[in-house]
Amino acid sequence: MSDQIERLQDPGLPEHVHRKADTDPAAADKAERQIAILFGLSALGTILFIYAYIKVPGDAFVFIPALGTTNTQQLLLGIGLTVSTLFIGLGAVHWAKTLMPDNEVIQDRHEFRSEDADRADFVKTVKEQAAAANLGRRSMIKRSLGLSLGLLGLVPLVALRDLGPLPKKSLEETSWMKGTRLVTDPGDRPIRPSDLEVGAVAQVLPALLPGEERTLSNIAKDAVLLIRVRPEEFQLSPERLSWTYQGIIAFSKICTHMGCAVALYEQQTKHLLCPCHQSTFDVPRAAKVIFGPAARPLPQLAITVDAEGYLVAQKPFTEAVGPSFWERSS
Amino acid sequence: MNSAEKKLGSVANYVDERTGAAKWLKKNLTKVFPDHWSFMLGEIALYSFIILLLTGVFLTFWFDPSQREVFYHGNYAPLSEIKMSAAYASTLNISFDIRGGLLMRQIHHWAALLFMAAIVVHLMRVFFTGAFRKPREFNWIIGVGLLTLGIVEGFLGYSLPDDLLSGTGIRIAEAIIQAMPIVGSYLAFFAFGGPFPGEVFIPRIFTVHVLLLPGIFLALITAHLMLVWYQKHTQYPGPGRTEKNVVGYPFMPVYMAKAGGFFFIVFGITAFISAVASINPIWLYGPYTPGQISAGSQPDWYMGWLDGLVRMSPNWESHLFGHTISWNILIPGLIIPGILFTSMALYPFIESWVTGDKREHHLLDRPRNAPNRTALGVTALTFTIVTLLNGGNDLIATHFSLSINQITWMTRIGVLVLPPLAFIITKRLCLSLQRADRELVLHGKETGRLLLLPHGEFVEVHQPLTDAEAFALTQHEQLQPLELEKVDSHGVRRPGGIANKLRARISRATTEQITRPSPEDIKEIEHH
Repeated sequence: MSDQIERLQDPGLPEHVHRKADTDPAAADKAERQIAILFGLSALGTILFIYAYIKVPGDAFVFIPALGTTNTQQLLLGIGLTVSTLFIGLGAVHWAKTLMPDNEVIQDRHEFRSEDADRADFVKTVKEQAAAANLGRRSMIKRSLGLSLGLLGLVPLVALRDLGPLPKKSLEETSWMKGTRLVTDPGDRPIRPSDLEVGAVAQVLPALLPGEERTLSNIAKDAVLLIRVRPEEFQLSPERLSWTYQGIIAFSKICTHMGCAVALYEQQTKHLLCPCHQSTFDVPRAAKVIFGPAARPLPQLAITVDAEGYLVAQKPFTEAVGPSFWERSS
Repeated sequence: MNSAEKKLGSVANYVDERTGAAKWLKKNLTKVFPDHWSFMLGEIALYSFIILLLTGVFLTFWFDPSQREVFYHGNYAPLSEIKMSAAYASTLNISFDIRGGLLMRQIHHWAALLFMAAIVVHLMRVFFTGAFRKPREFNWIIGVGLLTLGIVEGFLGYSLPDDLLSGTGIRIAEAIIQAMPIVGSYLAFFAFGGPFPGEVFIPRIFTVHVLLLPGIFLALITAHLMLVWYQKHTQYPGPGRTEKNVVGYPFMPVYMAKAGGFFFIVFGITAFISAVASINPIWLYGPYTPGQISAGSQPDWYMGWLDGLVRMSPNWESHLFGHTISWNILIPGLIIPGILFTSMALYPFIESWVTGDKREHHLLDRPRNAPNRTALGVTALTFTIVTLLNGGNDLIATHFSLSINQITWMTRIGVLVLPPLAFIITKRLCLSLQRADRELVLHGKETGRLLLLPHGEFVEVHQPLTDAEAFALTQHEQLQPLELEKVDSHGVRRPGGIANKLRARISRATTEQITRPSPEDIKEIEHH
C-alpha cells in the first residue's frame, strides 16, 4: 500500500490578496452602508409581516402571473417573513466577506491516538479498578447481576403488551355473513340488480344491524366493489359463476398486496388497477393478477338476491381479505 | 477601549469567574475552519432542522392528534359538515382559520423535504471525498442513522394530518409490518391497537414524531457536531494544506457571521418557497377512509425509491405448511433497504479492510483519484434513481402518454443492468480524468496559440501550470495493491484463504490508477 513516487514540492499557501475595503477606507465605508441597507430591508420585511397579519383579510385573493390566484394574506405573510430573514442573512454574509478579516490562518492538527505511556497507564488503571471491584473473583455477583439486568430488559416488553389485542382470527374475518345486504357507500341504501347498468361499478358495504356503528376498521376489511359486465364475458369456473348474479360480480376492494383500495376500473378492458403499486386484476377471470406485485386475486364475494330482490351475500368471504400475513393458510 | 469592548469584557469576566471557561473559550472561539461551498451542505441540513423545530412547535399549538370523529365547521366550504377525524379537521383549521397557519405548515413541510435533500447531498459529498475515513467513522455512522431516522420522521410527519393520501401511506406501512414472518400480525395489532386503522395510531405517532424522534435527533446532531468540532474539519488538498494542519478562517468572527447569516438565508429561501408554492394540499384529498383512494398516490420524495422498489417487485409469495411469506413485500420493503443501509453504515470499515489503510485522513480525496469508491457511489445512486423513477411510474405514464407496464418492465431490467454499467463507465471516466490531470501537469494548458516555425511546422503553445496548480494535481497518494501472501512469515498458511483472495482481488481493482507524474517526469519533459 506504500506510495513510492516522489511528490512535487509544496509551494505553500498563495500570497494573500487584499480586498478593496482592506486598503481603501472609502470602500470600507461603502461596504458598511451596503450592510446597513440589507439589515434595513429585513426590518421592512418584518413590518410587512405584521401589517399582513393585522390588516389583510384572510379571505382576500389576488391573481399573480405564474402563481395563479392565491390567498393575499398567506402570500404577504410569506413574503414578509422571506424578506425579514433573508436580508439579515445576506447582510451578515456580506459583512463577513467585506469587512471581517480574510487572512487564512493555519492551525496544527494532532493525531488522536494517545501517547503509548498514557494508553498503558489507562489500561493499567482500568485493570486495577476492576480488580478492586473483585469482578473477576466474585463470579456469583457477576452472574446474578447479569441475570437481573437481562430480566429487567423484559419490563418494557411486558409493559408494552397492552398496546393492542392479539390478532386471533380477526384478520380472517369480515362483517359479511350469509344474507347480509349490500348497501351503497355513502348512503347505506340496499341495491337491486337493476340499479347497476352493464359497465357500472359501485362501492358497497355490508348493511348495518340496528344499533351497529360502522368504524373505519370495519371498512378496511368490508369494502367491496360491485361490477356489472355482460354475463357471457365471464371466464369463470362453474362454482365462481354461481357466485355472480346476472353479470354482477363482487370483489373485496382491499388490495391483496398492501391493502390499498383497488379503485381504478377500466370499463373497456375490464381491468381493476390499484393506484398504489399498479397491481392489475382481470375482472372476468375472477380478478386474476395480470400485472404488478400482488400475488393473489382479489377475494370474490358470493352474491345473490333476497326475497325482496335486494343484493345479498350468499356466505362470508371464503378467504382472508387484504394483504398477506404469516398465519394466512392459502 | 470603546464602550462596547468594555461591556463585552465585563460579560466575559462574569462568565469566566463562574465557569473558568476563559481558556477553553479562547481556544474554541478562534478555532479554524476550512472554507468550501460543499461544507455548507451539512449546514443546510442543520438549519432546516432548526426551522422544523420552530415551525413544528407552532403547529402543535393547534393540531389535535386524535382520530375522534367530528363534523367539520370551518372556513373551507367544500368540506363543510363532512365527517372526519379531529386530526384532519384541526389541520384544516391550521390551514384556513389560523393566521399564518398555512404558511407555517408549508414551511414545515418544505423544510422537511430540504432537510432530507441536504442530508443526502451532504452524505454524497462526504462519501465521494472520502471524508468518512479514520478517524471519522463514528460520525459517518451517526449520519447514516440521521438519514434513516429522517425518513421515518418525515413519513410519520406527513401521516399526521390523516388525509386520504397519508392514510394510504399508513396502510402500506401496516402491510409491511404485517408481512413480517411469525411476528407480523402481532406487531401490527400492537402498533395499531387492533385491526387497521383503529383509533389510536395518530396519537401514538404524534408522540413519536414530536417527542421521541426529535429527542434522538437532538442528541445525535449534538454528537455529530461535537465530533466535527473536536476532530477538526477535513480540508480539500492544495498548496499549504497537509494532513497535519487545517487552513481556514477563525470561528469568531468570520464563521459566526457566515454560518449565522446562512441560517437566515436558508430560512428566507424556505419561507419564499412556502409563500409561493403550495405543498401537500390536504384539503384536496379529503379525510381518510380505507375504502377510497386517489389516483397518482405518491409518497414524499425520500420515500419514492422504496415505493418504486415495491412497485417493480415480482409477485412472489410462498405458502408453506399453512403459512404465508410475502416476498413481494419483504424483499423490496425490508430486505433490500436493510442490506443497503447496513452496508452504507459499514462502508468505512469495508474500505479500510480492502485497502489495508489504518491511518488518519484529514485531506479529502478528489473523487477521480478514488475511482472504485466513486464508481461504487455512482452505482448506488443509479440504483436509487432507477427505483425512484419507478416510484413515479404512474405519473410518468399519464404525463408522457406511455404504457405503465412497459415503464415498470424497463425499470425492472434497468435496476439490474444500469448500476453495473454505471460502475464501469464511472471508473473509466475517473481514470480518463486522471490521465487528463497527468497530461495537464506534464504538458501544460492548451493556449490555442499556434506558432509557425521557420521550417514550416505548426506547433501549439502550451502554457505550463503554476507550481500551485501542479501541486494540487499531484499531491494525492497512490496506493499499491495489498500483497497478501498465502503463507505468513513462519511458513504457515494464512487462515481465511478465500477471504484473502477476495480482498486481494478487490484491492487490485481499487488501486487501478494512472501513475502520478513525478518531479523527474516533469524535468524530463522540460528538456524537450
